[in-house]
Amino acid sequence: MPIESPFHPRTQALCTSYRWKEWAGYHAVCSYEPHHDREYQAIRHGAGLLDATPLCKYRVEGPDAAAFLARVWTRDVRRLKVGQVAYGCWTDDAGHVLDDGTVARLEDERFRMTSAEPSYAWLVSQLAGERVTVEDETDAVAALALQGPTSRAVLRDCCNVDVDALRFFRAAAGDLDGVRVDVTRTGFTGDLGYELWMPAGDALRVWDALVDAGHRHGLLPIGLDALDVSRVEAGFVLGGVDYRSARHCLADFQKSTPDELGLGWAVHLDREPFLGQAAIRAERDRGIAWQLVGLDLDYEQLEALYERRGLPVETCTHAWRTARPLYSGPQQVGYATSGAWSPTLKKDLALASVRAPFAREGRALQIEVTVEFERRRLDARIVPRPFYDPPRKKTCPAARPAEAAT
Amino acid sequence: MSARWDAIVVGGGHNGLVCAAYLARAGRKVLVLERRHVVGGAAVSEELYPGFTFSVCSYVVSLLRPWIIRDLDLPRHGLEILPLECSFVPHLEGPGLVRWPDGERTRREIAHFSKRDSEVYPQFGQSLSQISRFVKSVIDEQAPAPTSTNPLELLQLGKLAKRFGGLTADERVRKLRLLTASAADFLDAWFESEALKSPMSVSGIIGTFLGIRSPGTAYVLLHHYMGEIDGAFRSWGFARGGTGAISEACASAARSFGAEVRTEAPVERVLVEGGQARGVVLANGDELRARTVVSGVDPHRTFLGLVGPDHLDDDFLRQIRRYKLRGSSGKVNLAVDRVPEFTCRPGDGPHVRGDVAIAPSYDYLERAYDQAKYGDFSERPYLNVVIPSLSDPSVAPPGKHIVSCFVQYAPYRIKEGPERWPERREAFGDAVVDTLAEYCPGLKESILFRQVLTPWDLEQEFGLTEGNIFHGELSLEQLAFLRPAAGWSRYATPVKGLWMCASGTHPGGGIMGAPGALAARAMLRSRAL
Repeated sequence: MPIESPFHPRTQALCTSYRWKEWAGYHAVCSYEPHHDREYQAIRHGAGLLDATPLCKYRVEGPDAAAFLARVWTRDVRRLKVGQVAYGCWTDDAGHVLDDGTVARLEDERFRMTSAEPSYAWLVSQLAGERVTVEDETDAVAALALQGPTSRAVLRDCCNVDVDALRFFRAAAGDLDGVRVDVTRTGFTGDLGYELWMPAGDALRVWDALVDAGHRHGLLPIGLDALDVSRVEAGFVLGGVDYRSARHCLADFQKSTPDELGLGWAVHLDREPFLGQAAIRAERDRGIAWQLVGLDLDYEQLEALYERRGLPVETCTHAWRTARPLYSGPQQVGYATSGAWSPTLKKDLALASVRAPFAREGRALQIEVTVEFERRRLDARIVPRPFYDPPRKKTCPAARPAEAAT
Repeated sequence: MSARWDAIVVGGGHNGLVCAAYLARAGRKVLVLERRHVVGGAAVSEELYPGFTFSVCSYVVSLLRPWIIRDLDLPRHGLEILPLECSFVPHLEGPGLVRWPDGERTRREIAHFSKRDSEVYPQFGQSLSQISRFVKSVIDEQAPAPTSTNPLELLQLGKLAKRFGGLTADERVRKLRLLTASAADFLDAWFESEALKSPMSVSGIIGTFLGIRSPGTAYVLLHHYMGEIDGAFRSWGFARGGTGAISEACASAARSFGAEVRTEAPVERVLVEGGQARGVVLANGDELRARTVVSGVDPHRTFLGLVGPDHLDDDFLRQIRRYKLRGSSGKVNLAVDRVPEFTCRPGDGPHVRGDVAIAPSYDYLERAYDQAKYGDFSERPYLNVVIPSLSDPSVAPPGKHIVSCFVQYAPYRIKEGPERWPERREAFGDAVVDTLAEYCPGLKESILFRQVLTPWDLEQEFGLTEGNIFHGELSLEQLAFLRPAAGWSRYATPVKGLWMCASGTHPGGGIMGAPGALAARAMLRSRAL
């Protein structure tokens, strides 16, 4: 039985659609209204406010915290400066991805790490005598994602963090209606946005202040349905959907490596040993077997397929997560794992895993679709991710131009 | 002197820019010349009052073809479209009517007026979307040529006939009726409640000098009805940053393919030598030579202005002179310091985030037309009001808003004569504000700035002859293979090397982009350049 997040009194009152699902053991809103359309538009044009409390959060603290995290992450966490955040993943010894998340260096010896799945047991099992404490603060720290082009203006009006100077993937602490909050410029929408972290007991106070300030800036509470469309547009992979955690796989072929998932950029290979290092190095020598790619489905062909049945296209407005086979000629060469119709790009998009020899950018594969209960195929071209990447995601009004995008 | 450009596009409206982008994408050297300091023509955003970005003329978008958005990668060039959430018709008594995206909610709203209509309404939508698909196949292709015996033409006609055959007998009758009936008659066949029918009927008169009871207006209704966003019919939207953002995105796309776009470069005339267009002459006397010239301005301005009668035969000239422009609408743009509050439904809830139509009854609308017929603007006009700043906070300072009012009727030919419009302008603006204030009593006190655009202003400032927002009425006798003249609906003109690409060609007006794209396609196919 899922539990209620500290924001539940507010989210529950607003969720007139009664559409909920479970997210990591919590009740989470799918969409506040029957359809998520308005909430999606808020992310792209105003500000969307998402209860992100179910994210697993760990306080990793101590003189060796940086060294410890650097040893379990594929990224060299020691390179993070105080006030910096990084996205990355971690693997088992064989270099198979276990989970992905972020780590923020809040103080020199204090980090907050997030993961999609509970990772406490795994983290403490990796401790090898380092002077580090790991604390699960998932329930104690409430989290909100504030995403969208006006999110900065909302924070400017209610929080004393200098958001104009807060750069992409940076963190700062400040006061929001008397509550001390950590603000990170991070998110899962591919837009300008922030995540706010606060003591669970102060959650409602922060929510109310944001909603109050947001009124002038087109703020709407958003659920997971709207988030899912925006994360596909942003081209972000989702654990459990676009790849399987090695923890849950029954056979090796089900597992993925960072390079296969396109997360090679988040691997700092040549440094002191870290979990999976040897395996990742070996894989780089022999080449990857699979590659995660972005697909742009041919909408005109889809229209033609429907036209043959005398029907208009039935566009599914929700992001989908039921895998679909991909072909190159007669041969199946991969599978699409999730996708969505992009209201912004007017494109049908998907994320897919494709056998490496077929994963060249620009190549057209064929994806299986079902039109009126009949299986059909249409072209799906491999295109770069992110599909949608507005400049505002990274720009920073108060930074010098050279720094703005770093 | 050799031609520096493959094509010069006269007029940087959205169609001219789309055409230029497609030509440049095909590797042609293209130059776009815009008279004003900004591109966009009637699809333009301007900061008329500090902090407020107005969609000065055209204010909503629905017909912009999704395939053009994809082909030109417009979102990468900054295009973002926000859907309008609903349609609200305020009444002086009672709660008014809101049509929502949520079908059940709409049904309950309509049932307040007519239980019968509330259940017929979804069927109406379904029927019109069937018919819209037929029309959509027409607007995404060049106009059919019904008198031709060319096999390719017959193929296109055949496809069309097949499509028509694919409709049920009932739908075919409906389609034919739709082409000829008045909007009011057409809707009467479906519904009984005027609260519902009146706001629906106005789609049949937008941009025409006709009333809702005039024959032929049912087709115009469909033209607006098939607005398409996301493949879903009947959705309208705002462009983030105003409609100028659409033009900016098209211009940016054109530039990315290598086209050059010049502003403040008014074209005086098209250079015609030996019956062939060889370039243009700018107002400053500069001669720019090109292999082809593409006109992005309306048919009158193109042929009676830029080309001149000397290079055209009488029959063609007669057709162009007969081509009806007859502007019938104006625009009032307001900057306000709070969200307008409607007496019948207070608050700034979602009901004011869509479009608000002042169209309480058939008689109200017909009376508005009556005044226009005899050369006056309507004292109580039909208004289509949107508050884009509620959906797109970037266009106004926080807490402040833009109220955009499309106004019909405002005939170009008022009885004092069109050139006397400037003297009537403020009275016209007052009539609009007074009308809206009947439903929003606090409106007048909240106004920080007001811009009134009469048909005369639309002509003088934006180059729309007689202030017609569609470069010519969308009435049947000047659509498809008759737009703008019989025999000349395929973007070519009687002047060799001169092409047309704007709303005065098939498939017509609205921020659609199709004329521009189809013109480019026709030019490339003809190997004219």
